[in-house]
Amino acid sequence: MERILVGRPIVAGRAEGEAIVSREPLSFWGGFDPKTGAIIDRYHDRCGESIEGKVFVFPQEKGSCTGSAVLLESVRLGKAPAAIISAEVTPILALGSIVADQLYDKYVPILVLPRENCEAIHDGDYLLIQADGKVRVNSAKRG
Amino acid sequence: MLQGEFGGAAKFAMSILIRMADVYEATELMDITQAHIDSCALLSDSNLEFAEMLVSRGGHVSVPTTLNMIPLDLQNWERLGVPLGFAVKAQRLAKAYTDMGCIPTWTCAPYQGYLTPRFGQQIAWGESNAIVYANSVLGARTNRYGDFLDICAAITGRVPKVGLHLEENRRGQILLRLVGISPLLFKNDLFYVALGQLMGNITQNRIPVIEGLTENVTGDQLKALGAAAASFGAVALFHAVGVTPEANTLEEAFQGYAPEKTIEIGPSDLQKAWNDLSTGVEGTKLGAVVLGCPHFSFDEFRRLTQAIEEAKGHPRAPGVRFVVLTSQTSYALLQRSDFMNTLTEFGVEIVLDTCPFHSPFISPQTKTIMTNSGKFAYYAPGELSSHVVVGSIPDCVRSAVAGTVIREELRWSVS
Repeated sequence: MERILVGRPIVAGRAEGEAIVSREPLSFWGGFDPKTGAIIDRYHDRCGESIEGKVFVFPQEKGSCTGSAVLLESVRLGKAPAAIISAEVTPILALGSIVADQLYDKYVPILVLPRENCEAIHDGDYLLIQADGKVRVNSAKRG
Repeated sequence: MLQGEFGGAAKFAMSILIRMADVYEATELMDITQAHIDSCALLSDSNLEFAEMLVSRGGHVSVPTTLNMIPLDLQNWERLGVPLGFAVKAQRLAKAYTDMGCIPTWTCAPYQGYLTPRFGQQIAWGESNAIVYANSVLGARTNRYGDFLDICAAITGRVPKVGLHLEENRRGQILLRLVGISPLLFKNDLFYVALGQLMGNITQNRIPVIEGLTENVTGDQLKALGAAAASFGAVALFHAVGVTPEANTLEEAFQGYAPEKTIEIGPSDLQKAWNDLSTGVEGTKLGAVVLGCPHFSFDEFRRLTQAIEEAKGHPRAPGVRFVVLTSQTSYALLQRSDFMNTLTEFGVEIVLDTCPFHSPFISPQTKTIMTNSGKFAYYAPGELSSHVVVGSIPDCVRSAVAGTVIREELRWSVS
């Protein structure tokens, strides 16, 4: 079954991929390894998992100001997530994506969705993100 | 500026600022009069390309601009075992920023060094711990600027007019009321580390107001508090009633509004936060002590010297490194003091200008590291793949002598 959610694109673009959903805020510097695409924050609920090529859904960014530089480097190395969806505006990640666009013509679309919509996305759902902020959610088969 | 009449770098910087103004939903830009750059901290190929691109397009800062730590101790990197290839790139990164007219302060504690911002000053600062200190303790005004926006703001002299630059957005949101905490604890640095951990976890990107701190809290303790809060959460500003400049009273801290939420913090909450900070335990074999996250102040060196003198000539256990990170500013003061002999005899390695998360001088074989910093404790397991134990400065010295982790027990409650 397909559902459509509507969010605010803060870095507009088209992307698709499998969702990996977290309930914890994350600092990309110190929490995400741009060389491997994996989450490395021991406090984080997805620690040890890769978000490369996936749509990373999480509540909000925190911690280091170097998150932007880490996201940029992951774009350069091809280890970035396909897109990022969060419940609150993530200026540090948006900045990393915008600089990637200006420097390498490649970027990570970033979208803000209402918290209840973020929480209605589950691991393995297949997401199609449009530049206008619409997200087509195809639920993973469960049970 | 967008047309390029101020040069290619200013054009590039302004185009980033305009796109970020959209992200922040700002309708106009405003002037800033000072900047602190964190973009020089991480050594990656993309970071270096970005910085050298700005230099090649004639980039130059338009306001007095200090620099955060860089990925290299420029004087001691060979002794520290940093690979040549890494050092050469790190030197290029540092040079790019000084070529753009930035001041080579190279510290993550710029508020304890040179060009400290004044109350109410509009600034564009990077480095999470510096931002929270500038906003909260000094009463200067900055948002949490990510790497790249800091230098774009410094070049253009502008930022989007939003967030903490505006008085009305600086009012407290969540009241944290300290209840039943032993008065002795307020003199203990570790209380501020635990409180910072808790404050970050609870409030994330909201503005907390702490009620119950004593007015004789030191700058170093507020530094530890803010650094932990900005790592465990996204705290950019906190108020402490009777302590910080925008919170002479509870009412002033909330600008006359009611708190969105009131949370009581008691001894058991702090105890839990404290326990969560460490991944290692007492009695573990110690690999290294790392102090100075954020960079050690002169007064912290004084207290370290006292702790070493209290060890009464007992030497450091073989194989335990004792690293202290600091700035050239604090180091210059230190060289005028009589602490150096004690520190040198004990084998303290003073590392300048840099950070062990950004410069490879701690061996990956180091299994357990002891520190007095909540920020270091947050990031070390991920960045250095090591266990970490938080203790006081005297705990760190005693443990370095014993070669295993030793900590004095903390009494959190009144009884």
